[in-house]
Amino acid sequence: MSVATHDDAHAHDHHDHGPAKGFMRWVTTTNHKDIGTLYLITGLIMFFVGGAMALVIRAELFEPGLQYVDPHFFNQMTTLHALIMVFGAVMPAFAGLANWMIPMMIGAPDMALPRMNNWSFWLLPFSFVMLASTLFMDGGAAAAGWTLYPPLVLQTGNALPFTVFTVHMLGMSSIMAAINIIVTVFNMRAPGMTMMKLPLFVWTWVITAFLLIAVMPVFAGAVTMLLTDKFFGTSFFNAAGGGDPVLYQHLFWFFGHPEVYILILPSFGIISSIIPTFSRKPLFGYASMVYATSAIGLLSFIVWAHHQYTVGMPLAGELYFTYATMLIAVPTGVKVFNWLATMWKGAMTFETPMLFAIAFVVLFTMGGFTGLMMSISPADLQYHDTYFIVAHFHYVLVPGAVFALFAATYYWLPKWTGHMYDERLGQLHFWLTTISVNICFFPQHFVGLAGMPRRIPDYAVQFAEFNAMSSVGAFVFGFSQLIFAYVIYKAIQGGEKATSEVWEGAEAHGLEWHLSSPPPYHSWTVAPEKEIISDLH
Amino acid sequence: MKKTLQLLTSFWSVIWGVAYAETGTGTGVGWGALNLPAGVTPDSHDIHDLHMTILWICVAIGVLVYGILIYSLIHHRKSKGVEPAKFHENTVLEVVWTIIPFVILIAMAVPATKVMMKVYDTSESEMSIKVTGYQWKWRYEYLTDGLGKGIDFFSSLDAKSNEARQLGSKIDPSTVDHYLLNVDNPLVIPANKKIRILLTAADVLHAWWVPEFGWKKDAIPGFVTDGWIKVEQPGIYRGQCAELCGRDHGFMPIVVVVKSEAEYKQWVAEQLGKKEANKPDISKSLTLEELNAKGKEVYAANCAACHMPNGEGMAGTFPAIKGSKVATGPIADHVKMVLHGKAAMPAFKDQLNDVETAAVVTYQRNGFDNNKGDSIQPADIQAYK
Repeated sequence: MSVATHDDAHAHDHHDHGPAKGFMRWVTTTNHKDIGTLYLITGLIMFFVGGAMALVIRAELFEPGLQYVDPHFFNQMTTLHALIMVFGAVMPAFAGLANWMIPMMIGAPDMALPRMNNWSFWLLPFSFVMLASTLFMDGGAAAAGWTLYPPLVLQTGNALPFTVFTVHMLGMSSIMAAINIIVTVFNMRAPGMTMMKLPLFVWTWVITAFLLIAVMPVFAGAVTMLLTDKFFGTSFFNAAGGGDPVLYQHLFWFFGHPEVYILILPSFGIISSIIPTFSRKPLFGYASMVYATSAIGLLSFIVWAHHQYTVGMPLAGELYFTYATMLIAVPTGVKVFNWLATMWKGAMTFETPMLFAIAFVVLFTMGGFTGLMMSISPADLQYHDTYFIVAHFHYVLVPGAVFALFAATYYWLPKWTGHMYDERLGQLHFWLTTISVNICFFPQHFVGLAGMPRRIPDYAVQFAEFNAMSSVGAFVFGFSQLIFAYVIYKAIQGGEKATSEVWEGAEAHGLEWHLSSPPPYHSWTVAPEKEIISDLH
Repeated sequence: MKKTLQLLTSFWSVIWGVAYAETGTGTGVGWGALNLPAGVTPDSHDIHDLHMTILWICVAIGVLVYGILIYSLIHHRKSKGVEPAKFHENTVLEVVWTIIPFVILIAMAVPATKVMMKVYDTSESEMSIKVTGYQWKWRYEYLTDGLGKGIDFFSSLDAKSNEARQLGSKIDPSTVDHYLLNVDNPLVIPANKKIRILLTAADVLHAWWVPEFGWKKDAIPGFVTDGWIKVEQPGIYRGQCAELCGRDHGFMPIVVVVKSEAEYKQWVAEQLGKKEANKPDISKSLTLEELNAKGKEVYAANCAACHMPNGEGMAGTFPAIKGSKVATGPIADHVKMVLHGKAAMPAFKDQLNDVETAAVVTYQRNGFDNNKGDSIQPADIQAYK
């Protein structure tokens, strides 16, 4: 696809080289927009792959009894669905947005480390081909859940080393992307673009990047220990050899908890960009948003064992992790209140990006409430490992992270392609998605509380009604996403020409709206004028 | 505040009361499967109350937040011709909405701490039971003198559920009594005694969970975790393994039968008597047919989950019995594999008696086209232990 290439008939065509032609353009590119596009397309493809796996799961759970798949295959589906959605769909999509938007938002021509940028993307397709190939190996793919807990994960067949190497490659890719973002933001801001002038999307990504650099090596180390336990006779996680299976859980969640903020912080940035634009008001409490995000980032390192309330920690440990986890509600609450205050007394319009942003605020808050409930350790002794938890993390990740990605796509698509997307189809996509996501995940709160454990391929008949409902919601949700893919395709092909501002009054909200739509191949070859920056709010 | 909460809580219970009444055990059914059971132990009541308190606090905050949002969405829209305001900060407001949630959190942390301390207090228990998770069954060992010491048995999914849950069984699960929540040998405990449950596992992580007892806890190989229960009412309570433990994680339920003290004593006497009477007679020789018939049952209950009912296993994870080196090689190696296990293959020496071991080895060597013609006698097994 030729997003930024075809017509540079504007004033910006003074640059002397465009991209190479054809397939090699994408293989050798060092351009932040091309790499951003590659990341976004990868994210979208993996979203459909992971989604297909979710539909296998929901088809099997439509009614009690085993109808379609062996339980062992079911466990492979739950494991790969999560790994692919986390590492294949959401993280690459955010990296794509960062690549596209950060140079445009800070007034830079490109990312600071373009060749490394190319490498960090091209590790991904190979990683996911390798991960998908484990499905066809003897013994099937890893089936111990995305957390890859030992000793169970050590029962994996030939797939174990390939799964571990996939994690290593994904970790390398993430760390390089993170380094690139930090270096770019710290060194390539246009004159006048101070840290406290940065759009929140940039801020949240900088904090996310620090989290990535801190925790990906921990995960890589933990899975390497699995590898040596399995093949080289070590006993890190084997009690019979002096090890401890729970040690793995501590290592995993020291990575895993910051990881969930890696999946949500950039969403906070996106929502903080979109709500002011469509409310026609400056963002409320910019400084407190920056501090709240930083606070969430810091807290994410000291709450990990709330994923392990049932492993038999000492009482003091349980209580410490309870208190620390509850604290996260404070900065998260500040964010939600700031969004409400931004909308308050605004002049709102409800184009698709705004609809998704509002749904994000409503439904992410739902996930926040259940998260608060789960932070209370004695109550979590009931909630843990049930469908209540499944409902919780899908509320924060689907109408949370994924809705933010939808919102971002609709918001910036006209900027990327130079064409307005089809607003009617966008609204149809929004309503189908929002209604079905609730039909899918809301009933899971109920069956979870009533006693249905997670990660089971079959269930007692008293859970049948809500599971059937949930499956119907899942299928409607899944197929609605084809509309999303079509809307993107259509906007790339053509449509009403977008102005450089795209949205009414958007120029006041960010530098990207001062570039043409589509923007020139190299974003800000000349730094934006200081007046433009000082006029941003 | 507290009174209002209690009122709301009882209001909630009334709404779902119908659902509770249906089962008589506190867990909702069908469209009524909506909320945590109020439970039958002190811990479960405390946790249920705590859950309802937090739920209602969240509902109250939700009403406020969503109320403001809805008001704003209705009134502050461009189509109403409003001019957008210009404000973008308000220090007082920001401090207030940082401090108020903090105060609410402290109000929630206090009862949470109290409940957690009670849950963790396993002191002064009157009896102990050791629970061991296996792939995919539970083992219960009674540890307290005079209250069942010496009773030791395995508890697996009952045969009817097991038959119905096979892929393509064509058996409607709703025709099976307590589908997937029924076992062959339930755990039996006395009512109104503080019982300490000690948990461990033989192979991978499991978690022991009966929702009406209020908590779950992981069973970890090589470590012992614990918790306590004191059930007020005799009855039957059901739960499941809650930690992913492999292929049949969804098929290792827990059933606890709570008896009055007198009935419990009687049960203990019966069990200990039966244990003596049922000691397998290992001196008796069995015919090949007898061994094969017995072995087939043992295989279905213990081996088929991994090695598959047809003995073909699953490439890469579960080796086939059909034509395998072990099942067609020396008898000694085969018996030792069953007794002592290897890697993911569990040791069956505590799970099967000598008659069962002999029978299942015989069955494996003759079934699945292995046709070795060997018949292994119970008396032979002792030599390999």
